[in-house]
Amino acid sequence: MRNLFAATAALALLATPALAQQKPKEIVLGITTYLSGPASVFGVPGRDAADLLIEEINAKGGIQGVPVRAVYIDEGAGTENLLAEYRRVSQSENAAFTLAAISSGNCNALVPVAEDLKQPNIMWDCGTQQIFEEKRYKYSFRTQANATPEMLAALLYLVQAKPDFKTIAVVNQDYAWGRDSWNIFSTALKALKPDVRVVAEMFPKFGAPDYSTEITRLSALRPDVILSTSWGGDLDTFVRQAAARGLLKQSTFVLPLAESSLQRLGDTLPEGVIVGARGDHWFLHPAAEDPARHKAFVEKYKAKTGSYPIYPVYHMAQAMAAMQAGFEKAVKAAGGNWPTKDQLAEAMKGLEFRGLTRTVRLREDNQGLEDQLIGTTVRVKEYPFAVLDNMKLYPADLVTTPVGQKSEEWVKTLDKGMPTSPKIQTFAFKP
Amino acid sequence: MAARVLIPAVLLAVLAAVPFTAPASVLLFTLALAKGLAVLGIVVLLRAGQVSFGHALYFGASAYAVAFAARAMQGGSVSLLLLAGVAAAVVTGIVVGLFVVRYRYIFFGMLNLAFSMVLYSVLEKFFFITGGSDGLRVPRPTLFGMAVERFEYETTLFYLTLALVVLCAWLVYRYFQSPLGEALRALKSNETRLEYIGLSARGVLLVAYVISAALAGLGGTLLALVQGHVTPELSYWVRSGEFVFIAILGGAGSVVGPFVGAIVYELVRAYASAFAADVWQMILGGFLLVIILFASRGLVGMYQDVEERLFSRRVVTGGRRRPV
Amino acid sequence: MTELLLLAVLDGLAYAALVFMVAVGLTLIFGVLRVLNVAHGSFYAIGAYTATSLVIGLGAAGWSPYLAYPALIISAVLVGALLGGLIETVLLRRVYVKEEVLTLLVTFAVFMILEDVQRLVWGVSPMFADAPLSLLGTLAVGQVYYTAYQLLLLPAAAVVVLVALRWFLRSTLQGRLIVAVAHDREAAMAMGINAKRVYMTTFMIGATLAALGGALASPTTSLTPGIGTDMIVLSFAVVATAGLGQVEGAAVTAVLLGLGRSFAVYLYPEMQVLMPYLIMVVVLLFRPQGLFGVAEMRKV
Repeated sequence: MRNLFAATAALALLATPALAQQKPKEIVLGITTYLSGPASVFGVPGRDAADLLIEEINAKGGIQGVPVRAVYIDEGAGTENLLAEYRRVSQSENAAFTLAAISSGNCNALVPVAEDLKQPNIMWDCGTQQIFEEKRYKYSFRTQANATPEMLAALLYLVQAKPDFKTIAVVNQDYAWGRDSWNIFSTALKALKPDVRVVAEMFPKFGAPDYSTEITRLSALRPDVILSTSWGGDLDTFVRQAAARGLLKQSTFVLPLAESSLQRLGDTLPEGVIVGARGDHWFLHPAAEDPARHKAFVEKYKAKTGSYPIYPVYHMAQAMAAMQAGFEKAVKAAGGNWPTKDQLAEAMKGLEFRGLTRTVRLREDNQGLEDQLIGTTVRVKEYPFAVLDNMKLYPADLVTTPVGQKSEEWVKTLDKGMPTSPKIQTFAFKP
Repeated sequence: MAARVLIPAVLLAVLAAVPFTAPASVLLFTLALAKGLAVLGIVVLLRAGQVSFGHALYFGASAYAVAFAARAMQGGSVSLLLLAGVAAAVVTGIVVGLFVVRYRYIFFGMLNLAFSMVLYSVLEKFFFITGGSDGLRVPRPTLFGMAVERFEYETTLFYLTLALVVLCAWLVYRYFQSPLGEALRALKSNETRLEYIGLSARGVLLVAYVISAALAGLGGTLLALVQGHVTPELSYWVRSGEFVFIAILGGAGSVVGPFVGAIVYELVRAYASAFAADVWQMILGGFLLVIILFASRGLVGMYQDVEERLFSRRVVTGGRRRPV
Repeated sequence: MTELLLLAVLDGLAYAALVFMVAVGLTLIFGVLRVLNVAHGSFYAIGAYTATSLVIGLGAAGWSPYLAYPALIISAVLVGALLGGLIETVLLRRVYVKEEVLTLLVTFAVFMILEDVQRLVWGVSPMFADAPLSLLGTLAVGQVYYTAYQLLLLPAAAVVVLVALRWFLRSTLQGRLIVAVAHDREAAMAMGINAKRVYMTTFMIGATLAALGGALASPTTSLTPGIGTDMIVLSFAVVATAGLGQVEGAAVTAVLLGLGRSFAVYLYPEMQVLMPYLIMVVVLLFRPQGLFGVAEMRKV
């Protein structure tokens, strides 16, 4: 075992200077994702998408003729394991890019490490807006939006759809995402509709198998609106338990992450629920820039996995597209040589790329500008689960915190006319 | 007798060379050794015949103490943080120990479990103070007054951990030879006799308990310093179970066992996650079963058996053959 | 205010029912075998997964949805008897002669293995089969709707288990044998009782009870990897607080812990996760043998 370590370490040390000059045998991507635990409901589709996309890339000869190989790190195996594995993949396997992470907590832990290791890193899924607002980083880039535009879009949709609601309650998972997302939503809400009363703020434990007590309280309090940014098994359980007890009929539910649960929930989710997709990720996207490519990928994904793609798949596609675009730009800039990690990081600045739906641009603080799609559920005969109708597309520059400002402060200054801004486009369901 | 010095010496030499032979694994070995310190704490208690199912309490308490102190001081120095972490463990150990040493066996174990789960719940739920389940980042402290880059920091911390490990192992060894240490063994075999001699069983156990808490706390401190990140999971019952697991794996009869066990455990886990990411828990569980069923004196016990067979100059005494 | 109180009590009872079923199996196993079965949570989880798979299968085959109820019970018995029996005969039996900590570690190792087995067999996607829940409809208490399943069936099932277990242990031969072996194994063996068989039977019963808890819980929740982990330590808390080996005590303690938790959610949500362990610490500090346990005399 020690010999293996010694060999790989020696090889890595020897190989590094050589990479600066000539093409490597393969491009290694270190991808962190959840392969176990409740978040594997995102992690596994993310991995499936990565496999498909890498297959496509390699079928075309790879990047500049070099094949791509992914090394997956399970975020579900604990923080210690994650940090150790991340280091190993970055240093021993000399990953060109790492794609980390899904969990906001893990992003908070890994982004400083990537900066120390000078490892180009793409935050492919985590949503916490705090990372780039608190510090500038040279090596990490987010190829998707963050909590602020995602929550703001949901809020704008709600205010436009139900302008007269008076009370709201929240049931979020008790961790960074649950807390941050509520913080942004509630601060923005106070700015847009200061007369709305928050009747309950509930943060059940992450992975809680039972929401009975929370649902009882909500049934007694009867708020007009119930917000939940839960996802995965937690959201499934919450929705099912709420449906069984009639809560879905009593209050309007706003579920910004429910796109990923629609297929699993099937009949349980009724019409009239406001659903978000953490970006504009919807397999029936009404305004994709390259609809043929989108449709082809959806079909390929469905053939491979049996389900339609959900937003982690789109996030992975965006990360991969950014990675490819970054390589192209860096190779061009490096003349005839193969780019170093530093040159790759340099090339990512200001990058524009497109995943499966619309163009995303990285701005000067490395935050991606991504449009947001929110819709209301409707049941149609073409699909055995609820789909989105009355979809609104919120352009990135409308709902993203301006560079250099903190989200918490910016959302206090929102204009009351925002929900009806002419920049917002509306689309109906088309089978 | 030579083996007593031989295994540790060889191990030490190999470990000291790790930053040169396998620099990418320095972090892994540091974490393994830190865990080994907590396991040494378990071994101390095992000598008295008691198993604590909640030593993750001290592991987590010290780690978070370090995190809070480092954040308050915007870094601080390594020596100060080491002090803070161990102090937190000692204080908690005395407070909890005063209650816990009144109980034995399963009650002792369960009470420790309860305390550790209380800490876990507090760490997880009080989001605004503890960062909840995402945990807290530990800003990098200065080393001997200098701010250092990651590489130097980690290598220095590795050697620091190694030095502390040697020191603690030696101190515990001496403790075991001392009257208090022998009294511990008496606790295991017949506690009442101890009291007939005039020693307080509770007092003897309390000393052992605080020592084991300090060891676990030192382990947690080093982990926090090296990893730069602390999470409530450090206090979860599964982690306490891991400590006991490693104690048996390494061999609970010696002070070297915990570290051998911890290193083997971490290596198996790293390789299992890297190559069989879907079934790494199964592999570890199977490994533990094999050890328990076929080599319950652990790796060091196995080594001692082999050594005896090869150099059987000594008569096998009843003492050596006694189960853990 | 009284309405809130009533609601909190009702919520607590449903939760307590499930916890009791898992805890009572654990306390039985400890009382007789002197083994703290860490794998108990795995029985719970596998019972839940098996029940869900069966119910989904029944639905797909188009059979009557009412068959789901016996299906829940059958899955529990299958899991308990097969898995429990297997583990006891193949693994546990070999370590009884060794130290207590080793038997505990064996169950810990089994727990780790079964965690991955769950993932391999049932995958990582959340699974759900709520036919048994939805068939019974809802009940109104004031202006709040409860599912009849959670409000009535679960507590009723727990009561049935309690009564049946009491009757079994006191009035049947097999049950009395179990009590005898729990009390004094050597004396029982001297009287000709086959302690080995009793151990196996007890372990299987305990495992079945845990699996039953899982099976009955499964229609209410989405099953994801890891649902067994929290259940283990929660049932430990109940068992330790009640007193190891106390069957009726486990029921009372489960209710206590369930009420504590639901009141915490209403009054002081931060304490919700803390409650069971806090209660455990407080009780154990004043009565180390548990609320209903019998203090053991120290034999010189």
